[in-house]
Amino acid sequence: MAVEDKFAVHSADQNQLIEPGLSLLSVTEKISRIVLTPQTPLGWFALLAVAGGGVVILLVAMLWLFLRGVGIWGVSMPVAWGFAIINFVWWIGIGHAGTLISAILLLFRQRWRTAIGRFAEAMTIFAVACAAIFPVIHLGRPWLAYWLFPIPLTMTVWPQFRSPLTWDVFAVLTYAIISVVFWYVGMLPDFGTLRDRTQSKFARYAYGLAALGWRGSARHWNRYETASLLLAGLATPLVLSVHTVISFDFAVALLPGWHSTIFPPYFVAGAIYSGMAMVLTLAIPLRKFFHLDDLVTLRHIDNMGKVMLAAGCIVAYGYAMEAFMSWYSANHLESFAFWNRAFGPMGWAYWILIVTNLAIPLTTLWSRKLRTNLAFMFVLSLVVNVGMWFERFVIVVTSLYRDFLPSSWGTYRATRWDYLTLLGTLALFTLLFLLFVRLLPMIPMHEIRAMLPRAKNSQTEEASG
Amino acid sequence: MMREEIYGLLAEFDTPEELVRAARQAYSDGWRRMDCYTPYPVEEAIEAIGVRGNTVPLLTLVGGLLGGTVMFALEEWISTVAYPLNIAGRPLNSWPAFVVPAFEFTILWAGLSAAIGMIALNGLPALYHPLFNAPNFRAGASVDKFSLCLEAYDPKFDAVEARTYLESFKPISVVEVER
Repeated sequence: MAVEDKFAVHSADQNQLIEPGLSLLSVTEKISRIVLTPQTPLGWFALLAVAGGGVVILLVAMLWLFLRGVGIWGVSMPVAWGFAIINFVWWIGIGHAGTLISAILLLFRQRWRTAIGRFAEAMTIFAVACAAIFPVIHLGRPWLAYWLFPIPLTMTVWPQFRSPLTWDVFAVLTYAIISVVFWYVGMLPDFGTLRDRTQSKFARYAYGLAALGWRGSARHWNRYETASLLLAGLATPLVLSVHTVISFDFAVALLPGWHSTIFPPYFVAGAIYSGMAMVLTLAIPLRKFFHLDDLVTLRHIDNMGKVMLAAGCIVAYGYAMEAFMSWYSANHLESFAFWNRAFGPMGWAYWILIVTNLAIPLTTLWSRKLRTNLAFMFVLSLVVNVGMWFERFVIVVTSLYRDFLPSSWGTYRATRWDYLTLLGTLALFTLLFLLFVRLLPMIPMHEIRAMLPRAKNSQTEEASG
Repeated sequence: MMREEIYGLLAEFDTPEELVRAARQAYSDGWRRMDCYTPYPVEEAIEAIGVRGNTVPLLTLVGGLLGGTVMFALEEWISTVAYPLNIAGRPLNSWPAFVVPAFEFTILWAGLSAAIGMIALNGLPALYHPLFNAPNFRAGASVDKFSLCLEAYDPKFDAVEARTYLESFKPISVVEVER
């Protein structure tokens, strides 16, 4: 009895994907108004100014880097991979949740993904853009970055295809292009709606060009649905392969602490973990500022909490296996690498990681009450983002600074330019996201329309009748 | 009005059920040059006008296979012919290492084929279309109305008879679409 009552309350409050009372018109109106209103909120300008200032910092940091070389960073021997690689892996990982939500959950017919899919995909693209900066500026001579591609050059030098670093180029490039294509195809019908609803002539031209003349014909929808499903099916193995390939950068090396078969699954799980956290970091303020609580409901937040819990458990298993294998392998270099990671001079980073990535989230996320507490989930998402950054720090730095020979040991200290570049990419991400929420529909209107109760009933009636 | 001057007759409905009923009836009455316009994909409307399957999956398959093959062949050629690197005497044709970029290019070409193929087969980009001349098309078809257009190209088309025919389905409105 009590269980039933509880369930009833739960289904009324939290089980809704879309709050009742919305119609095709009101949903369209609600989502397109955010983009089409001539009045931009002042807060948006304020945030844009802050983010723009941060992007200037990024440009200055990059300019100084190009003038002086990578020596302005903390990288040196033996830690030749510092912040640049940490940030690269961290940003790419954040991107993965967007593809998880828009592709993998689509294939699993998780209808709750619809409302958060579009801005999660936007997050993916902007995160990949931030990530892609780092390997290029770390090249030393970034103006020769085109050497990474198999282009017939006059010196007849070609890439080395046996190197995971070359694989990375193709994995990240494909990921970036396919994410943009998937995102754009998803927005095509919504551009048509915006073109038809805007009052401004300029916006009508701009959205009209973007919509390519979309008119919602049944013949078009037929191919559109097939293409969307195919793109989702292609993005699924792609997203799993990207972080796997990135983990090969480490796992294929012979360094203790890197040379491990647990890396690919553990990197992918970590990517989804941090990405889900970033989706929450973005979704919670967005639904508040743009009054989207009836489209991004507590059930969405709750479900994202559950995905984070599952991914977090796999990450915890990864940490546990790392510790276990360092003992079970009976290899003294492996066990030293682990001992040094946890109790060496940089052990503090490991314990920050354990607390922020495991201790806090994996004890609290089991509670539905906390999973649906917005303030708590927002803070938790920030904690996990910090934790996942430290995970990459621990992997990169604590494996490198004390390797086989004590005579070649060293230490690592990031410089102000390292911090400014990281800060700059955070600003760039914020800037791109602010432009996105102002200029593009952040919730897929046509998918939400298909989910409305009337639309659903009509389809089932028709199908049975 | 002459067939050359109008594109067709557009009937607008409030619900997808009414649209599907009308489209099914029109199809069984022998209409072929017609199309439904809906703000979200309505599978029954697609079937009602006699559309079965499409060639996007085939294009995607061909694109993917081509991408993978081209990349793999490029890697083989570079690593064994164009720029052979002898590293501790290891074999030049180390094909397992080439699988990763070839896999990525399979996905890349397949995805691009799916997206570009869908857009091209749909006849897009087509920034002008006669339907945009219909006074109510822009207001409704991309938001909350479900429309059926009987096109003037259909041999059965006669502006007066087709109008009476469409009105028998009790739509909100029937308008002539200028070419």
